[in-house]
Amino acid sequence: MADLSIEFCGVKSPNPFWLASAPPTNTGAQIKRAFDAGWGGAVWKTLGNPIINTSSRFGAVNYGSTRMMGLNNIELITDRPLEVNLREMEDVKKHYADHVVVASLMVDTKEEWHEIVKKVQDAGADMLELNFGCPHGMCERGMGSAVGAEPEVLKTIVGWVMEVAKVPVIIKLTPNVGDITVPALAALEAGADAVSLINTVKSIVGVDLDRMIPYPVVGDASSNGGYCGPAVKPIALHMLGQVARVFPKPISGIGGISNWRDAAEFMVLGATSVQVCTAVMHYGYRIVEDMIEGLNDFLDDKGMASAMDLVGKAVPQYKEWGQLDMNYHVVADIDPAKCIGCQLCVVSCMDGSHQCIHIPGMDDDEKKRRGHVVFPTDVPDIAATAEGAKAGARVPWVHEEECVGCNLCQLVCPVEGTISMREKRKAPESISWNERVMNGTDVVPGGLDATRKARGLDAE
Amino acid sequence: MSGFPELPDGRLEQKLADKAPLFTHGEAVTEANRCIYCADAPCVEACPTGIDIPTFIHKIATDNVRGSARTIFAQNLLGASCAQVCPVEVLCAGSCVYETWGRQAIQIGRLQRYATTAGLEKDPALLSRNAKPKTGKKVACIGAGPASLAAAGQLALDGHSVTIFEKRDVPGGLNTTGVAPYKLFAEGALREVEFILGLGDITLETGAEIDDAAAKKLLDDYDAVFVGIGLGPDSMLGFEGEGVVGATALIERLKLDASLTLEGVETALVVGGGNTAVDIAHELALLGVPHVSMIYRKTEAVMTGYAHEMATARKDGVRLIEHRSPLAIEREGEKLVGLRTQCMDGEGEEVFAGDMVIMAVGQSRLTGLARAFDGVALDDKGRVVVDEATCRTGHAKVYAGGDCVNGGKEVVNAAQHGKLAAAAISASFGAQ
Repeated sequence: MADLSIEFCGVKSPNPFWLASAPPTNTGAQIKRAFDAGWGGAVWKTLGNPIINTSSRFGAVNYGSTRMMGLNNIELITDRPLEVNLREMEDVKKHYADHVVVASLMVDTKEEWHEIVKKVQDAGADMLELNFGCPHGMCERGMGSAVGAEPEVLKTIVGWVMEVAKVPVIIKLTPNVGDITVPALAALEAGADAVSLINTVKSIVGVDLDRMIPYPVVGDASSNGGYCGPAVKPIALHMLGQVARVFPKPISGIGGISNWRDAAEFMVLGATSVQVCTAVMHYGYRIVEDMIEGLNDFLDDKGMASAMDLVGKAVPQYKEWGQLDMNYHVVADIDPAKCIGCQLCVVSCMDGSHQCIHIPGMDDDEKKRRGHVVFPTDVPDIAATAEGAKAGARVPWVHEEECVGCNLCQLVCPVEGTISMREKRKAPESISWNERVMNGTDVVPGGLDATRKARGLDAE
Repeated sequence: MSGFPELPDGRLEQKLADKAPLFTHGEAVTEANRCIYCADAPCVEACPTGIDIPTFIHKIATDNVRGSARTIFAQNLLGASCAQVCPVEVLCAGSCVYETWGRQAIQIGRLQRYATTAGLEKDPALLSRNAKPKTGKKVACIGAGPASLAAAGQLALDGHSVTIFEKRDVPGGLNTTGVAPYKLFAEGALREVEFILGLGDITLETGAEIDDAAAKKLLDDYDAVFVGIGLGPDSMLGFEGEGVVGATALIERLKLDASLTLEGVETALVVGGGNTAVDIAHELALLGVPHVSMIYRKTEAVMTGYAHEMATARKDGVRLIEHRSPLAIEREGEKLVGLRTQCMDGEGEEVFAGDMVIMAVGQSRLTGLARAFDGVALDDKGRVVVDEATCRTGHAKVYAGGDCVNGGKEVVNAAQHGKLAAAAISASFGAQ
């Protein structure tokens, strides 16, 4: 059994799984139920000046039969009285001393910031999370992502908070910026103890084509909202990786985390804790049981004693494109014992890649008609041998000389393990694009023709 | 049902439940999303009419039901009935890559039923609005079964005038009179006939028996003739009398004749091992006949009735007795009391008690009519000989398709014949 507990800015958490500031952390009663289910921490639904919410508030992207692959919301910060939230926060801390309660805050003026920081500290909050991320509603009033997108404003407000903060301060970053490291480093410079990312992505989730109104519909109109859920995970991982390279303090990872594997991916790219919202909104607090169990088993498999051992493990391997080895090469292998003959690899390679997958038994005319550009003479006729394979079913064949090793066929193949990518290096030594440029063989001044000559190719 | 005689209430088929009811929108989209959209898909190859199945399923998933219906009808105008009556287990769904994978095949038949129903509901004129302008050409179709309907529908879309001559009062052929009701009720078959008749200039003449002389005259009045006369009465092997019926005759009564009752039938003996035998045995069991046995002279392994149909018939109580050949009807006075059989494995004779014997050993040919046309030939089994690609007979203006050509196959095979013939007829007009 690995130790799942973590330490974040000196605050201990029984596990890295926190609920993000959102509807699942709206009330003390909810947070107590979440802690009972196994969540290690909770970031309280953002506190601030009273607001009014709209109806409706959420919209979703479904893909195929998968519901809510992405979720979009135009809900604002808490609509409950501050005093009620503070009273409940105190009560939660009293009963769940070992769990982490983070107060998410969003106010406007220096006085408001000072006031609210003191109040939540008095209520027992273990940490503060400054919400500089929400890209809807509050940003129109100069808060949320309006702050996260302006490094100078961000620094000023962090400064105000640090004047009165007695507990660690986390800055929640908005992804709605060109370079996420700019606000992260601004927060660092202003003295923040940690960052969390990403908040939601500015979005319009879809349009009601009968009424010509974007979703979610509010009367006869809508507004852009914040996008989250599994669909944003790749965006979050990228920004997390970027920040992890330059940010020396703890990071809390957020963005489409739904299970232990997602959590592990965020941790190896630099997150110490992870925050979850959409998956809980979809399936409930109970999903944490699988997250705890799965991460535990995973750590055991890897011989890691502590979840903290994961943090940042993959960051050194996240590099710039120009640093990648150009001599690394893979080619696709198709296993005739697993192929079911759907030919999705063929059509995807023909139309979406490099026309290198061939079907046996075609003459050159047929190959030309289908769009092949190279005509290997020795396409082997391999029978599908999967159990129950139709008599006469043929396995597509990868022409290795043409295969660029793009992975597409493997990605579209519906049967796990049928297509594998086999390493077939172009040369034993490594060489990156940057090295080639430095060697002066790939990019030279003087335009396209000069470059062709420098590479030993004849200019026309 | 406009234009057709009203089907009487109280028909036995009304007691049976739809085996594969129409999918709801949610069910259809969920099932459609299971399809992995194969390229060069094996299901398309397995479809006798070559419907682009992955494409029509993809269109269901994207909520483009009219497009989905168009994709189906582009290859098969009888896509609605085929969706219900096709033995998909041995055709499209049977070849689904999911089978190889050990998963449940896509329910292609039910998806096709959904697409054709929903597509035509959204736009009843889905196809007819794109019919070609009138050409002035006239085609006669003999018989109003699937082959003729498929041909007539396409010919009408191509701008020709079609007259269908049907000897029965109700059109639709076997779809109306012979298909197992739990797959397709007579009303469903007639709805499809109405759809076909609405595709263009098609006149249906029911109660119109065409004899040799009338057939010959068609050549004077029409630019082409399509023969889709199906098969004749049940072969009875010489058995007759009270209590002995032909299988297709009985099925027709189940579907259309409200006066038919099975009250008092305790044991039904069905002679035969083909799909008609399995169908009638299954229908009788479902209608509450306590004991239904099929008497078959060979073994289950070689019977032509589909294994999946036999399996479901068995679940509903049908028994299969192998290696027995019928010898004589046993009677006490007038009353039928059993069937004497010869054991084919050399164990002498055996009598099976019963009060009804149904002969399902094939149907006679009606193809004598085809000989009325000069140059039309029949093969040694009495089937009309046609060119495979065009369904043209030995007479340049006469085409034929369906059961009278293939000796009795599926509706989908008839639909393909009708399609090929219509294409060839239109092409021949264009060439003139």
